[in-house]
Amino acid sequence: MTWVIHILNGVAFGMLLFLLAAGLSLIYGLMKILNLTHGSFYLVGGYIGLSVVQLTGSFVLALIAAVAAIAFLGAVIERFFLRRFHLDELPQTLVTFGFLFIFSDLALWIWGGDPQMLNVPRLFQGSLPMGYYAYPYYRLFLIAVGLVVALGLWWFQERTKLGTMLRAGVDDAEIARALGINVSLLFTLIFAAGAALAALAGVLAGPVLSLYPGADFEVLIFAFVVVVIGGLGSLRGALAGALLVGILDDFGKAFFPQFALFTVFVPMAVILVLRPTGLFGRQ
Amino acid sequence: MTARAWSIAVVIAALLLLVALPAFLREYSVALATKMLIFALFAMSLDLLLGYTGLASLGHAAYFGIAAYTVALLVVNANVSSGLAFPAALAVAAVTGAVFAPLALRARGSYFLMITFALAQVVWSVAFGWRTLTNGDDGIPNVVRPNFGFSLDNTAAFYYFTLAVVGIATLALVAIVKSPVGRALRGIRESETRMQALGFDVWRYQYVAFVLSATFAGVAGALYAYYNRFVGPEYLYVIQSAEALIMVILGGAGTLIGPAIGAGLIVFLEDFISSMTQHWVLVLGVIYVLVTLFAPRGLIGLVNDVRRRSAK
Repeated sequence: MTWVIHILNGVAFGMLLFLLAAGLSLIYGLMKILNLTHGSFYLVGGYIGLSVVQLTGSFVLALIAAVAAIAFLGAVIERFFLRRFHLDELPQTLVTFGFLFIFSDLALWIWGGDPQMLNVPRLFQGSLPMGYYAYPYYRLFLIAVGLVVALGLWWFQERTKLGTMLRAGVDDAEIARALGINVSLLFTLIFAAGAALAALAGVLAGPVLSLYPGADFEVLIFAFVVVVIGGLGSLRGALAGALLVGILDDFGKAFFPQFALFTVFVPMAVILVLRPTGLFGRQ
Repeated sequence: MTARAWSIAVVIAALLLLVALPAFLREYSVALATKMLIFALFAMSLDLLLGYTGLASLGHAAYFGIAAYTVALLVVNANVSSGLAFPAALAVAAVTGAVFAPLALRARGSYFLMITFALAQVVWSVAFGWRTLTNGDDGIPNVVRPNFGFSLDNTAAFYYFTLAVVGIATLALVAIVKSPVGRALRGIRESETRMQALGFDVWRYQYVAFVLSATFAGVAGALYAYYNRFVGPEYLYVIQSAEALIMVILGGAGTLIGPAIGAGLIVFLEDFISSMTQHWVLVLGVIYVLVTLFAPRGLIGLVNDVRRRSAK
């Protein structure tokens, strides 16, 4: 039974990682930008959610405000700072690294250095009894959100016109442009959407992982590992990688506390050595 | 004066300045200058791979840190003399590079970046997790500096030692870059397929560049272990790798002087701004963004642009 609990915990964490990695992966797939600011989108999004909850008491409002604010922030960064360096990886990396620093310090300034927890929304307080154990409803809710977002993204990518444009852009941005697709607008939309997903993850993580200075760097590295394992630009890869990393991390922490991160990094290195493009990536 | 005479004059002036530095700086500043030299070498070693061969590594801290750990483990745990630990550290860094290179060189571009990142994180997690050997995140203190008949405990003496080592390493790097091998590396950076067609064994050149780059990073790492008299897992962490990458990009990839300046500047700014304001991370971030906007090819690129414009 403890195994079930560990797997559930791993999947719940994995779903948060999926929200982060999906955006990171799509942004890379379409624009070839390795967006280091993604960790900031998560942390600042979470903090905005925290402030809204403190002001209004509403978790739903917190989610909406954080997602909207960070989507706007992402759009601004893409338009005014990254667009001009299209396909020029080094300056893009430096800009996103700069913003990671900037937001990290601003967040410390505004929200302070102590770890802060969001309260579990009233609807999901309590636990589901499972034999001798009980499992918190909120974590089950996280798993559900992850599944809904995964299904939604799949539907968007495979069944909508915009999604078709996105796939065309990922395959070959030049040809997509030549076919009359507004690639420029697509870039901004996808960057904003990726940022919004990171903010969603930040607010949702608030009640379980808490928000603290340095969390931006930590989740960035985790999301990076997920994308590396799953393969750049692939949603399926992001989901598979996120679940794998989530579960590995939970088992590592539970059974080899000393070597906790070892259980994540070694499988990552092994997968990459066997398949340099990750599980679902293309050369 | 011709351009060549100018650059010789600049190099001589810079050398004189570096040698004279301890005479007119406070001890604290001499120590800071030592750190700037060490990171200048670290950034130049990465640029051999990034700027000259066109392979962006996000795992260079692995070789820097593994050399530092080798020094610390030999000196503190095994009681090996500190001077002997130095060549041993370089050997370990070179071997690590030689083992990692074939794995990383299976990929190119962003995938290369990710494999180097993954391999370095494995090394980091060993240093972090293997507490009985490495003390985990407490690190290893009391790393003794080498003694070649004279003590290096004095700040100025250690500065000159570092200057000599970094100077020799820089000469070696310049020799490599100017050699036919260096030219072949630049050719590979521009077009792998064309170099292949010309009959170059591209993979072997990249392998050599990778191992050399790891070895020079090891020199910097061993120096840094002596400098701090301490090693910790943060030497191996991705943030350290990213910082090296930023130093190269900020200074200007594809030259040796650019990354050296970038590294010196970042080490200096971190120290200077953090003494002025507690919001130094914010200021540093703003500087990164502004430099990229106004000098996307790095500071050296900016200088070259100005020169070209004034030559017209």
